[in-house]
Amino acid sequence: MRTLQDSLAGAPTMPLKTGKAHGERRAGPLIFLIVLWLSLAVAVIFLLTLIVNLLLEGGSRFGMPLFTEYPSSSPDRAGARPAILGSIWVIATTALLTIPLGVAAALHLEEFADKKHWFNRIIELNVQNLAAVPSIVYGLLALAFLALIGVRDKNIVIGGALALSLLILPVIIIATREAIRAVPSEIRDGSLALGATKWQTTWRQVLPASVPGIATGSILALSRALGEAAPLLLLGALVFVSFDPNGLLSGFTTLPIQIFNWTGRPQEGFHELAAAASILLLGLLLLMNGLAIFIRNRYQKRW
Amino acid sequence: MLANTTASDTEATTTASTGGPTTPSGRPPRSSLAGRARPGEAVIKLVLRLAAAVAVLTTIGIVIALLVPAIGFFREVQVFDFLFGDRWAPRFADASFGVIPLVTATLWTTAIALLVAVPLGLGAAIFLSEYARPRVRNTLKPILELLAGIPTVVYGLFALQFIQTTVFREWLRLDTGAFSVLAAGLVMGVMIIPTVASISEDAMSAVPMSLRQGSFALGANRMQTSLRVVFPAALSGVMAAVVLGISRAVGETMIVAIAAGSQARIVTGPLEQGQTMTGFIANAALGDSRVGSLEYDTLYAVGLLLFLITLIVNFISIRLVRRFRQAY
Repeated sequence: MRTLQDSLAGAPTMPLKTGKAHGERRAGPLIFLIVLWLSLAVAVIFLLTLIVNLLLEGGSRFGMPLFTEYPSSSPDRAGARPAILGSIWVIATTALLTIPLGVAAALHLEEFADKKHWFNRIIELNVQNLAAVPSIVYGLLALAFLALIGVRDKNIVIGGALALSLLILPVIIIATREAIRAVPSEIRDGSLALGATKWQTTWRQVLPASVPGIATGSILALSRALGEAAPLLLLGALVFVSFDPNGLLSGFTTLPIQIFNWTGRPQEGFHELAAAASILLLGLLLLMNGLAIFIRNRYQKRW
Repeated sequence: MLANTTASDTEATTTASTGGPTTPSGRPPRSSLAGRARPGEAVIKLVLRLAAAVAVLTTIGIVIALLVPAIGFFREVQVFDFLFGDRWAPRFADASFGVIPLVTATLWTTAIALLVAVPLGLGAAIFLSEYARPRVRNTLKPILELLAGIPTVVYGLFALQFIQTTVFREWLRLDTGAFSVLAAGLVMGVMIIPTVASISEDAMSAVPMSLRQGSFALGANRMQTSLRVVFPAALSGVMAAVVLGISRAVGETMIVAIAAGSQARIVTGPLEQGQTMTGFIANAALGDSRVGSLEYDTLYAVGLLLFLITLIVNFISIRLVRRFRQAY
């Protein structure tokens, strides 16, 4: 408010021609606009440089061997097959664990919870706070949990899925709550007026109407889990896996971890492989994001 | 009067719960339908509530998981020596556990990241909120969001191979080794731009149009309106964006693990290498530390410090966001 008063006080001394059309053409505002443009341009140029650099570095190594070969000490023969399969296993398990849990929690918070009750307020605060906890802390949590229940080999698919599930749970809860909130209350009132119970209304009206929003949010959350490496490092995923993971208790490595592994090697060949695997990872993420946007545009109801 | 109402209320509930007598018109009383016990629904509600409680359990789990080994650690190492010691050498024969070197590296990378992310993020936010037409905005925003979706290992690879090796060493011929906190910090800063930009833009868009119109009516141009009216009005939201950026920079792991280096020593310049708190945890995790060993406990002591720092920062951010939401 003080600023408004300031400009009010200064107004009489200003020349009459400081109308918008004239003011915009002076040097100051023009430079300001250029600075704003530049700040966006830097971000976009950075993004382009990163992509072009990856394509130049890894393009020559992006081919079938990347998908079919096992890791090797020789960069010419190495591939990322176990890492790709490991990523699929871990992400699928994460999805099965976290989507039902996140949707249930969001339904409770939006449809059933008394928002003034202390317990529900604590849950809300927790969800907000968990969303900003560093990812590596979830790795520490999963590691401690596996040690607690007496699992000797910490490098198992279910352990990695557990860490990633807890990591993206707040994201899924927040996205689902927004989707549920977008369903107008008339739908609920209509259903209740026809004699449906609260749960019948939720299950047959609210949930189906919010499925597109939930799907979009879940896919975006899973794409974050797919690119995440830090918590899995703590579970010993940086290992030489020369077999296909085949179950929840199988040892595993994932694509981001494989990239980290290759980045740390001294040979130039491994750096090219890391770039090639990064192209694959970025492609997968772009595909998932595209799918999420498609679902949102195609199926989202406008009330 | 009050006593009367209570009495009749109780009566009504008793009739409802027995579900028995019908009203003179032959219909059952309305409350008997709504109040009928539905064990199935009660179970479902309980399940949903338990699912929501997982969020609380996770927080409790994190606190216990970090505290128990950390207490074990502090039995062996003085808290004072940990917090204020300036030599970090947990694996040497004459082990020393002063966390200051890790903290200085984290401070350097975070500060560099903020120097990049805050001006660029705010510039982008002001442009998108005050200048861009809807069509321009709808194209630029997703491109900006893409930056937030790139995996951090890919950023790390880019920081190490392109920024540090190609740009710093080959093109600029800077006097730097294989790693530097500058390369890690710069790339981390770009990663945080979307976070800062999108929260600040939300805050600026929430400023009522009437304030802008008032400013224009007084003869201010768009730059003056943006900087002196919209920006101050959105300040708490902008601060929340910056604070959230700090929390992400402090907790970021893979970029610093790849590009900042792995030698824990006090960092005195941006071209030096250094190991951050997260970098230490990631690196120590590569070794096979036995549960209950001092090495294992050290991980959790550093993790606890990291968690506490981000927790405080997050609470400040949540507070600030609440304030700007209440403002209008």
